[in-house]
Amino acid sequence: MTQNVLSRAYNSDIFYSFSRSPTAIISAIVALLIGLGALFAPLVSPHNPFDLATLDLLDANIPPAWSVNGDPRFLLGTDDQGRDMLSAILYGSRISLLVGLASVMFSLVVGVSLGLISGYAGGRIDSVIMRVADVQLSFPAILIALLVDGIARGLLPRDSHDSLSLYVLIFAIGISGWVQYARTVRGATMVERNKEYVQAARLIGMRPFTILRRHILPNVLGPVLVIATIHLAVAIITEATLSFLGVGIPPTTPSLGTLIRIGNSYLFSGDWWISIFPGIALVLLALSVNLLGDWLRDALNPKLR
Amino acid sequence: MLNFIARRVFQSIFVMLAVGFIAFAMFRYVGDPINNMVGQDTTLEQRAELRKQLGLDDPFLVQYFRFIGNAAQGDFGMSYRQRRPVSELIESRMPATLELSFVSAVIALFLGIPMGIYTALRRDGVLSRSFMTLSLIGISLPTFLIGILMILFFGVMLRWLPSFGRGDVVQLGWWSTGFLTKSGWQSLIMPAFTLALFQMTLIMRLVRAEMLEVLQTDFIKFARARGLPDRMINFRHALKNTLVPVITITGLQLGSIIAFSIITETVFQWPGMGLLFIQSIGAVDIPVMAAYLLLIAFFFVIINLIVDLLYFAVDPRLRVQKS
Repeated sequence: MTQNVLSRAYNSDIFYSFSRSPTAIISAIVALLIGLGALFAPLVSPHNPFDLATLDLLDANIPPAWSVNGDPRFLLGTDDQGRDMLSAILYGSRISLLVGLASVMFSLVVGVSLGLISGYAGGRIDSVIMRVADVQLSFPAILIALLVDGIARGLLPRDSHDSLSLYVLIFAIGISGWVQYARTVRGATMVERNKEYVQAARLIGMRPFTILRRHILPNVLGPVLVIATIHLAVAIITEATLSFLGVGIPPTTPSLGTLIRIGNSYLFSGDWWISIFPGIALVLLALSVNLLGDWLRDALNPKLR
Repeated sequence: MLNFIARRVFQSIFVMLAVGFIAFAMFRYVGDPINNMVGQDTTLEQRAELRKQLGLDDPFLVQYFRFIGNAAQGDFGMSYRQRRPVSELIESRMPATLELSFVSAVIALFLGIPMGIYTALRRDGVLSRSFMTLSLIGISLPTFLIGILMILFFGVMLRWLPSFGRGDVVQLGWWSTGFLTKSGWQSLIMPAFTLALFQMTLIMRLVRAEMLEVLQTDFIKFARARGLPDRMINFRHALKNTLVPVITITGLQLGSIIAFSIITETVFQWPGMGLLFIQSIGAVDIPVMAAYLLLIAFFFVIINLIVDLLYFAVDPRLRVQKS
């Protein structure tokens, strides 16, 4: 069984196109390295940046190991609380990736469901959903995410802001991104709806929900995959931006954006490494996911073959 | 044409009412307005009195339309955090944001369009390739990182430019301008370029793609066959026909410059509306958030309307069809 799946994957068009694209291979390796580093952060990172017992304020703001005042214990230097930058980056990418993946999942579920309903039901339901989508689309996603974040903060009690910020952020970024999925899925659903297999399913008395889930959904998922990949890069950058602006992840468990924010206030005293290294990690992550998405879009597009 | 404009105006009013509804819902139901206005020692009777005085007991629709009416006259209530009228706060911050956005838009247009034309005409030139690489960086680097890198190089290492604030401003009535002093201009350079870079790359790529497409069409081939000089073909015939989509996207981008200035203003501590908005989110200052939302929506709607009207000025086909 596994053998079969593997050989099918190996012989597929997608794999062929992947093996012929150096950009895709390099991006995949970079994304995989950061992903694995983030996943196994507790095992691979040299220090535990959250363990207050091992932190020493005397170790604060040490430059990278190769510079004059560097300390070989801290390869990329330390931040203002004496946290090892390399470990903080590994743990930070963990949070960035988690928020990115979770908010993409959220957008995807909301967008695909609304798209399916909109395309299948048509009529008034369709026009209501699409008007809302139009209005939302006329504002930049980051503004929507900021607003939702602000409203959620207003609705939640003040002392729970830090502990809930992760979920608030996932919700805010997720809500800001559903429109694209809904539009794409709606278009595809409207095409599928009139095909014979759907009419046949309707004739034998299947409920609309079952038809949507079992028959239409698998046929409209292709483009959704492409949108999701590119959206992942956008979501990671949005998370970093919100955290940088100070309305995202709090500094106690920093994400990449929060680390850059912490470093920003030390830029003027010349301590560049606190924000630059997380910045590099962020750009590498976003860029590699973006390039993978571009490649996937071209590989799945039959017109370009 | 009148019909079309009337429909667009109607749609814009609908969008504003919808956004107004969201702003009102935020204002009224996120947190208790009374609790945010009075101190701990206010008695229940006083609270009830204030509640009645402010009309918070009125029916929903009455409150909604009162809110819309007040907002239309520039009255957005009091800021919870600063205890000053929101309109006053926004008025004092607006010039900074509009000046920054205006200069960024000018940079994005006046660099983006020529770069787009150049990269389309000289596709394989060294300069074209470096422009395209630059645009890839512009798209994949987050705005705040570009700002930080600029501060690090030009502010901290080279010490050429001030890294935060607006410099000296001159007061012209209620409008405070940084255009009249040297330090004002120096402070403007880095934020304006940071904000412009993303839009500039978008405009450049768009102009390039459109130009390349138009240059393939029959009428350009015919113009070449007629022996018209290259300059005339490229600028009189090709460029003119790329303008319609360029105007649409550019118009929408200019609207988002004002929204994106939130990030740039935070990086450079630029005292504009965006910074005010971020501070109000941190402090859960709902009236300021609601007012900012309404204002941004208003800018977007106005820009969209202008873009639609510009179509008629630019594309003669529309005028002929409709009349």
